[in-house]
Amino acid sequence: MKIARSIGRIGAMTLRYWYVLQKSWPRMLDLVYWPTVNMIVWGLLTIYFNEHRSLFNDTVSILLGAVMLWDVLLRGQLGFTYSFLEEIWSRNVANIMMSPIKPIELSLALMLMSFIRLIIGMAPVTMLAIILFGFNIYSLGLPLIAFFINLILLSWALGLVIAGLVLRNGQSAEGFSWSVMLMLLPLSCVYYPVSTLPQWSQPFAWMLPTTYVFEGMRELVLYQTFRADLMLWCLLLNAIYLALGVLILQLLIESARKKGSILAMGE
Amino acid sequence: MDQAIVVEHLTKKFGTYFAVQDISFTLKRGQTMGLIGGNGAGKTTTLAMIMGLTIPTAGHARVLGYDMTKHRHQVLSRMNFQSPYVAMPGRLTVRENLNVFGRLYNVKNLQDRIAMVVYDLGLGELFNCETGALSAGQKARVSLAKALLNSPEILVLDEPTASLDPTRSLWVRELLKNYQREREATVLMTSHNMLEVEQMCDSVAIMHNGKILAIVATATLRAQYQGMELEKIIELFAGRQTATVK
Repeated sequence: MKIARSIGRIGAMTLRYWYVLQKSWPRMLDLVYWPTVNMIVWGLLTIYFNEHRSLFNDTVSILLGAVMLWDVLLRGQLGFTYSFLEEIWSRNVANIMMSPIKPIELSLALMLMSFIRLIIGMAPVTMLAIILFGFNIYSLGLPLIAFFINLILLSWALGLVIAGLVLRNGQSAEGFSWSVMLMLLPLSCVYYPVSTLPQWSQPFAWMLPTTYVFEGMRELVLYQTFRADLMLWCLLLNAIYLALGVLILQLLIESARKKGSILAMGE
Repeated sequence: MDQAIVVEHLTKKFGTYFAVQDISFTLKRGQTMGLIGGNGAGKTTTLAMIMGLTIPTAGHARVLGYDMTKHRHQVLSRMNFQSPYVAMPGRLTVRENLNVFGRLYNVKNLQDRIAMVVYDLGLGELFNCETGALSAGQKARVSLAKALLNSPEILVLDEPTASLDPTRSLWVRELLKNYQREREATVLMTSHNMLEVEQMCDSVAIMHNGKILAIVATATLRAQYQGMELEKIIELFAGRQTATVK
């Protein structure tokens, strides 16, 4: 009974975000537009590289694969955060916080919505990549699922912390939703292997789940080897970060309640 | 459990400023109490602490026996609230908003219940309109529909008729009064309107500078201060307090 009620509340919040999304074509377009632009720009760039400096045969696969997987992380996090920001923008936070929904249920609804937004955004892009550049990301096979799961888990962990910061500090913390990904980018080794980083920074890179995913993808494309060990380490790190994300969100909600900022967000 | 809301030595301090200072009162089941006071008197902060949205610096608030700082989720499905300072998502239609909130509160026979509150609050024609496109008064009625959706035992209302015209205000007050009577609900509300307080409340807590100056039965208030504006009454009580301190 408790679980059924909980699922009902999670469904309610998912429905709430879906109502907004499905009736706003600019938002829907936004989901598809940026990944498409990214894919086209990088696709053209890699074709240029291929034609003029044949670095290696798999340039298109390496770079386009990296771009698309990075977008899974970026769009996953933005999908989570933006759904939550809807509540701030519509001055609805107090209504939600006064309802019986628990923070963990709200988090699960935001995760579900992030997944839905990601599928809407990425599915057409992967099809376009096949049509325009002959790159089929689905040819990565089952490992693609491992990459996807690991990236979306990290995106949710980051989303939890950003949602908490916004709740605690108000809309001034919105900027984190963009900047946090830019901060992660250099150490995530999206477009180059970890070995190209300065020696001192490599241990920090290995603390990021993203590094394992992109290293794993390169191994798969270049040597047709699936590194299950990398994915397991990645999953372990994600479990830790997700647990930390839930804990930090809880602490930030408590802090917001002490600060009295939840009701003030409606004013 | 006869006591619906118990507030004991409730205090909220922001930095060095006391928003609410050592207030206590009890509200029995089925009673309606009004919190009145000027701007900055501490009414909304008091409501926020009673709803568990704000954690008090000292003291505690219990609703239906549950401490709202620690165990608010035990009781939130039996409460609801409305405030002109909190909006419903504007891009959702009235129907969609009530559908979402009904599900959040796990309301049984939701569509029937929605139909009932929509009828009661005269929202039929607005049912498929986007909430953001409605007038302030219409939005207030949608918020009230949300607040009544789960048939709450405890209803917290922050200036419930602030953005309504006099005719609608009268009508909404009658509706709330009927709901309170039929459901035997406990209502805690803030107001700036003497007529509203007289019509709806059994008692009134007069607040000033974060403190409760007096808790007065509405009948007494009516008998002793008839025809006087609420602001004047508050000034009168605040003056008495100053005189006592002197």
